[in-house]
Amino acid sequence: MKKIIFILLLSILSWNSSNALITVDITRGNLDPLPIAVSPLHVDSESEKIPSFETSTLGAEISKIIEKNFKSTGLFNPLKKDSFVQKPDIAHLKPRFEDWRLIKAQALVTGKLLIKNNKLKVEFRLWDLTAAKEMVALSFTTTPNNWRRVAHIISDKIYERLTGESGYFDTRIAYVSETGPKNQRIKKLALMDQDGFNTKYLTLGNELVLTPRFNPTNQLVTYLSYFKNMPRVYLLDIETGIQEVVGNFPGMTFAPRFSPDGKKIIMSFAKDGNSDIYSMDLETRVVEQITKHPSIDTSPSYSPDGKYITFNSDRSGLQQIYVMRSDGTQVKRITHGSGLYGTPVWSPRGDLIAFTKVRKGRFYIGVMRSDGTGERLLTENFYQEAPSWSPNGRVLIFYRETKSDSKGKGFSAKLWSIDITGYNERRLKTETDASDPSWSSLLSK
Amino acid sequence: MKFNKAIKNLFIVLFSTLLISACSTAKKSVDTVDDVYTGTDTVEFLAKGVPDRIFFATNKSKLTTASRDTLRKQATWMRKNKDVTVTVEGHADERGTREYNLALGERRANAAKDYLMTYGVSGKRISVISYGKERPVNPASSPLAWSQNRRSVTVKAN
Repeated sequence: MKKIIFILLLSILSWNSSNALITVDITRGNLDPLPIAVSPLHVDSESEKIPSFETSTLGAEISKIIEKNFKSTGLFNPLKKDSFVQKPDIAHLKPRFEDWRLIKAQALVTGKLLIKNNKLKVEFRLWDLTAAKEMVALSFTTTPNNWRRVAHIISDKIYERLTGESGYFDTRIAYVSETGPKNQRIKKLALMDQDGFNTKYLTLGNELVLTPRFNPTNQLVTYLSYFKNMPRVYLLDIETGIQEVVGNFPGMTFAPRFSPDGKKIIMSFAKDGNSDIYSMDLETRVVEQITKHPSIDTSPSYSPDGKYITFNSDRSGLQQIYVMRSDGTQVKRITHGSGLYGTPVWSPRGDLIAFTKVRKGRFYIGVMRSDGTGERLLTENFYQEAPSWSPNGRVLIFYRETKSDSKGKGFSAKLWSIDITGYNERRLKTETDASDPSWSSLLSK
Repeated sequence: MKFNKAIKNLFIVLFSTLLISACSTAKKSVDTVDDVYTGTDTVEFLAKGVPDRIFFATNKSKLTTASRDTLRKQATWMRKNKDVTVTVEGHADERGTREYNLALGERRANAAKDYLMTYGVSGKRISVISYGKERPVNPASSPLAWSQNRRSVTVKAN
């Protein structure tokens, strides 16, 4: 990942702080998505030609990405462009509000772009058509190759303005790419934009790799690799490609995750048939044992303030979810429902824990409060697990496997997402089969 | 004549149906006992009369009587062949979460290792590795396949 690829120059042309009439409520399933018109961005005729792509259609392409992002939320209904009533450059100056209202649009996005001296300058505006006023106007400059990210950042700004919450479009997903038959799967670490574009493979598939997870700045991924047939937790620098083993443990280490400050990795270490939870300080390499119990303790995840850890243990006899202080004291079981519970992950907002539940041979993804109350099961299937949170804590991504026949045919592994409202379940497109997704934080903050 | 032939065909069909259903019921009772696979379909041998693998109940790592019997045979074979080293591979079925299954596979492999050590094999000759649900021997999604995949396999390492 290119570090700060972005010189994000947000010059706020004007900010209308008064409460707009249109808002989108994202706390419930939205059966009445907001009709929004996304005008193609006007391409300035002074723009230079760029060899790698077509400049003249860039404005239209950016608007299509914004529409696709909006549609994927289930909260917005992007209107068809053939009904649009004004030319992009004229609408961007000042829309004829009453004309746009005629096509039932409530919000309008306009913009223009200019490529000069190998810089892409983009400007966009969000208009409240009901109140007939401008809600957001921003401009920024970047290199032309970042044009997809421009579309995602615009989407985030609009989402933020209309919902009151930060967006999740300028983000990436790290995951495990899977190919080959079920009993000889080839697995590689992969990375893609949240909309499925710009897929990159980070390992070659020579050894089994599992469970990649981003660090808070999205530059590192920690994961499990069977390199030399020794399952150990590794660290990968996405930019340089350098991999290193984390900790010299005399046995399998697995289930790694970063602490919220990025300074530690928490993981399971299995020895002599017992898995306990350990943390390692990445700078000092000091290892600390956090749980000490003759049962399986795994899948640890910190609370966003770093004070607590939720984890999975079978100390009661079967898999349940526990919470403890991050020094290992005050261990408390929080799940008591019928069935097994695994893969707890703390929401970035701190309020909820997402989990996998197995009951009567069916698999559920659910959320509950961090004291275990208020359990809500969002989706049921033959097999699904490993939820990961969107950076705003509103959407979960997870993977789902299908049943296979007696020859192993019919098997697939795909990434899916669902809103924590339980609505808007959708499959994410990936180049290959995919599992173990990890959602990055916002790339530009 | 024709009528007779038809009757005869009918009998053949009826008889074979009976045979098939008899087979499938018989097979069921042989394949698993108390959720543990007891068949021989996937089993390979380290030496004559020394099976390479043992099977487990769902989410369990307890050794059954049959497993202990197999492991004693493995221990005897290893005591006779003193230069042999082995890796015990622990596996889980696909019906659990990935990370828990990795831990479970490790626990199963160590249950086998501990028993081999009790019967006089040095721990230095036995390494363990868990593959969790990553390496099914039977790729089907059926209770039979899952019971065959809940296993630990002793593999010659040298």
